[in-house]
Amino acid sequence: MAKTYIYDTKKFSLWYGSKQALKDIDLKIAANEVTAIIGPSGCGKSTYIKTLNRMVDLIPSVRTEGEIIYDGRDIFDKTIRVEELRTRVGMVFQKPNPFPKSIFENVVYGPRIHGVRNRSELEDIAERSLRAAALWDEVKDRLKDNAYSLSGGQQQRLCIARVLAVEPEVVLMDEPTSALDPLSTLKIEDLVQELKEKYTIVIVTHNMQQASRISDMTAFFLLGELIEFDNTEKIFRQPADKRTEDYITGRFG
Amino acid sequence: MLNSRSGNKRLDRRIILDRSIKIVFSFSVFIALGILTILLSSIIIQSIGWLDWQFLTSNLSINAQRAGIKGVITGTLLMMVILAPVTLILGVATAIFLEEYVRKGWFHSIVKINISNLSAVPSVIFGLLGLTIFSRLLGLGSSILAGALTMSLLILPIVVVSAQEAIKAVPGFLREASYAMGATKWTTIRKVVLPSALPGILTGSILGLSRAIGETAPLIVIGIPALILKMPQSIMDNFTALPVQIYYWTLDSVLVREYANLAAATIVVLLTMLLTLNVSAIILRSKFQRRY
Repeated sequence: MAKTYIYDTKKFSLWYGSKQALKDIDLKIAANEVTAIIGPSGCGKSTYIKTLNRMVDLIPSVRTEGEIIYDGRDIFDKTIRVEELRTRVGMVFQKPNPFPKSIFENVVYGPRIHGVRNRSELEDIAERSLRAAALWDEVKDRLKDNAYSLSGGQQQRLCIARVLAVEPEVVLMDEPTSALDPLSTLKIEDLVQELKEKYTIVIVTHNMQQASRISDMTAFFLLGELIEFDNTEKIFRQPADKRTEDYITGRFG
Repeated sequence: MLNSRSGNKRLDRRIILDRSIKIVFSFSVFIALGILTILLSSIIIQSIGWLDWQFLTSNLSINAQRAGIKGVITGTLLMMVILAPVTLILGVATAIFLEEYVRKGWFHSIVKINISNLSAVPSVIFGLLGLTIFSRLLGLGSSILAGALTMSLLILPIVVVSAQEAIKAVPGFLREASYAMGATKWTTIRKVVLPSALPGILTGSILGLSRAIGETAPLIVIGIPALILKMPQSIMDNFTALPVQIYYWTLDSVLVREYANLAAATIVVLLTMLLTLNVSAIILRSKFQRRY
């Protein structure tokens, strides 16, 4: 079965000032799959995922080379509007970052800023998104409560609901469970499995068990380079590169 | 075995030092509080019998028995009505620009240092600036508008710096969350940054306002007349404000002794206003404690 690719990264390099963080990355991300990116800290995995929705723009002195094709166009093309890109490519961060507003207002933030005014429409979106993020049953009676009254795991699922509310095509997750307890982590991992039916998911994780449990494809980054990219099973069973093997067997990292 | 007393000379010395330090510190507090008490009680005693309804609702008069500060309070309040929005809008806009739009670099540092310096400039200087620009150049004379704009210049640095601090205190992850949803910069500022920074901005602005209520020098420099006997009708009218009136009544108490009592009564009114403002700032701050 031929895969549809949603991202095509071609010889992509990135510098912070004079320090090179990504070197000649070539990587294709398939639609409706979970692509995991693993590697030791400082390997560029976070930088790479933040490039996919151009959040790296927020960091001054970033310079890029090469291209990342999304929907037929280079995302660094001058005519691309970054707001539109980020609407279609949502992001969940390492630390849950809900707004200090009510649960409801958090979920409808995206639809609101994109012009949805109708109250009942917003309520529909909120319910649909919270259900999709497996949070609805826990919060349906307290939608007006402040988001910070939720537990860390619930906050993170709220952040996922907030992303889903704008109906993106891709959901980027930057170590979404690193601040969570094992139970909440499990819930999010289950959720990721459900979400890939509708969305393409790219997840950065420093937890190799997590990568092997939930992803279809795994990319191993080291010192800004893509060392190996293959089926998750292949990567964890018979890695082609010695360095990948060393990393997943815990010899460094 | 532990010695209950003596035996350990060094420890004895340290304990004595420990106790005397406490006495020295509490003594400092007593000096500050003592002076404040003396000041307040002498003012309140002087104002007794003078601060009454008649005093608050009558116009100024040469006759101390009939004089009241209705016009003076009106002058101060009208000045506030112009001052507050002008300063808030200019101050917050400046702070947003500096914190959210300007790249941190030499321009940012220079502007920042200058603003901090401005907040230490004596108020007389701001009075001269107001006299030159608003009173003379723009021909506003010594109107309420001229006074308010001059005061606005005076407290702008305070408001800008406190608004900057409040904006800076909004965690970056909230901005990131908003940008990652496809929000523009302005949407992010309007819906995320400002709501979170608002309590801090308001607290700083209220403190700035209370400074403006109490300032005398700039108003005297732009030429507020010594005695005005009629109520201000519009913002273009000449006026007098509470601190200015206190100043003139105190000066003239050499001529008419009762003026000292009038000044004292006016001080009580002014202090009450200041206290109200400062308490509301404290309430605001504690009510909107951050919770992320």
